[in-house]
Amino acid sequence: MKVTGNWCNVRTMKPIPPLLANIEEREVLRKLKKQKFYLLALLLPFILFVIGFEIGPLVAMLKDSFYASDGIQVTIQQYLTIFKSKFYLQAIQNSLVISLISAVISVIIAVIAAYSFTKFSQKIQNRLLMIANMTSNFEGIPLSFSYIILLGNNGLFTLLFSKLGLDVFADFNLYSWTGLILVYIYFQIPLAVMLIYPSYQGIKKQWKEASSLLGGTTLSFWRHIGIPVLLPSIAGTFSILFANAMGAYATAYALVGSNYNLLSLQIASLVSSDVTLNPQLGSAMGVLLAATMIGAMWFNERMMRRIRRDLR
Amino acid sequence: MKSSLVFHKVIVGLLVIYLLIPLVGTFLFSMAGKWDHTILPESYTLKWYIELFQDERFYLALQHTLFLIVVTVGLSVVIMLPTIFIITVYFGKWEKWLQAAAMLPYGIPPIVGAVGLIKVYSDGPIQIAGTPWILVGAYFITILPFMYQGIRNSLRTVNAVQLVDAAELLGATKFQAFRTVVFPNIISGILVSTLLSVALLFSEFAFANLLVGGRFETIQIYLADKLNSSGHLTSAIVITYYSIILLLTGTVLKLTFRKEKASVFSNKKRSLSFLKKSYRQKNTALEGENS
Repeated sequence: MKVTGNWCNVRTMKPIPPLLANIEEREVLRKLKKQKFYLLALLLPFILFVIGFEIGPLVAMLKDSFYASDGIQVTIQQYLTIFKSKFYLQAIQNSLVISLISAVISVIIAVIAAYSFTKFSQKIQNRLLMIANMTSNFEGIPLSFSYIILLGNNGLFTLLFSKLGLDVFADFNLYSWTGLILVYIYFQIPLAVMLIYPSYQGIKKQWKEASSLLGGTTLSFWRHIGIPVLLPSIAGTFSILFANAMGAYATAYALVGSNYNLLSLQIASLVSSDVTLNPQLGSAMGVLLAATMIGAMWFNERMMRRIRRDLR
Repeated sequence: MKSSLVFHKVIVGLLVIYLLIPLVGTFLFSMAGKWDHTILPESYTLKWYIELFQDERFYLALQHTLFLIVVTVGLSVVIMLPTIFIITVYFGKWEKWLQAAAMLPYGIPPIVGAVGLIKVYSDGPIQIAGTPWILVGAYFITILPFMYQGIRNSLRTVNAVQLVDAAELLGATKFQAFRTVVFPNIISGILVSTLLSVALLFSEFAFANLLVGGRFETIQIYLADKLNSSGHLTSAIVITYYSIILLLTGTVLKLTFRKEKASVFSNKKRSLSFLKKSYRQKNTALEGENS
């Protein structure tokens, strides 16, 4: 038995006999150990949920993507199928193009609009942000439906404009590529505005004053100071919007159903439709989509770090 | 100077109109009686709403959605609160794992998550594909980032670690410290992320459609199914649905606005940059402890 240092009674400051101190110490240690055990046990439900519904399914998908369609043979056949098939390559290409275009347009609009926001009083700015926040919740099925009743074949605007003799929507087809882009831009803009707006707060009024004192024009201020400061946040926002559009499913499902070849729609029909059921191929495409998303998020994180370094 | 303000007014005005037109259009359509060749409806009626509120399928779908939300969000609060509390206060070194696990769903779209979930739960020991229970699991993970952010930030704001230390020094047990000191202080912070999660699950379609579909019809599935029937009726559903969402997010905004003015725009998608911020704070705190 090891006898430890000078234990003493707190109130009387008289030394406690060594044996008693030792027992107390062991008691405390045992209690702590027991407590730690209970604390760890409380973490169990969380761990089970994460393994069962987050990590497990992802691992299962990754594993499944390396099996042949019979589910027995291990192969990279599924990936080869995707990269050899014109149809699936087109799905990937369509998704990429729509995501890129909608992200670019939304970012440009958001950069301009968020700048205009800053010209108003704080109260109005908060109102505007509130509108952006509220409309950012208008997405998916309800949004698609709204566009269908406004711009669909028998949509309000479509009928109205044709009656007024304006042919703006004569060639326009909502259930196509252009329609998809239009709807995607709608749900991307409020998000983009909310993401870009805070970075305008980082541009100090004094910088503008300093720039103009040194003989700079408004244009040269934006070219040499404003835009470079905003750039990381613009790039970060762009990557979030891009990922957002890549993963969008409900909007496209409601608008074009299976009439248009998109990556997310193809995955859905490969894993849940009876006609084209091929979970292994779906898994492989899911892995590709997840890789794109993670790439975009990683890029966003890099950009965010840049902003922070600039601020320091 | 003045002309440039006009310019900004035009820009903002156009944007607001652009954002509101689909909503206003749907709203008018849901109230319209006859509307063929005029800018505004010729007559107004409430019959679409009356028809909707007499539809038993609508109530059933609403009931299903509410059931899923109550179970999932309730479960999430009950599980995440102790988990985050224990890890923050007693196992600080595991925090980065918790954070990684909690933020991962943010980068995985439902369409990808569903692929793996179908694979795992359609055969094997637990066959819950096609039942609401698989949705509870999927939704638990869906709202994980928001619950984590909300609870973690609340704990940080009230200095939970120091509070617990103080309470324990004064003789409280761990459970007492949590129940009587920490919990009352963070309850309002949790409310915000709870409401946000409710709004998010209310508008969830991808998981519901791919994992369960018509076997357990949620409000979104019901809506998607009605897309091809009467447009007026569907508008009434959309407006009813969106009013509920507005009520939820409006409450969230009000709560956040009251708490700290700076984070009015604290939206779900902004959580990523919040993550960076909090991560940095944690790093500096750690450096401080080491030195």
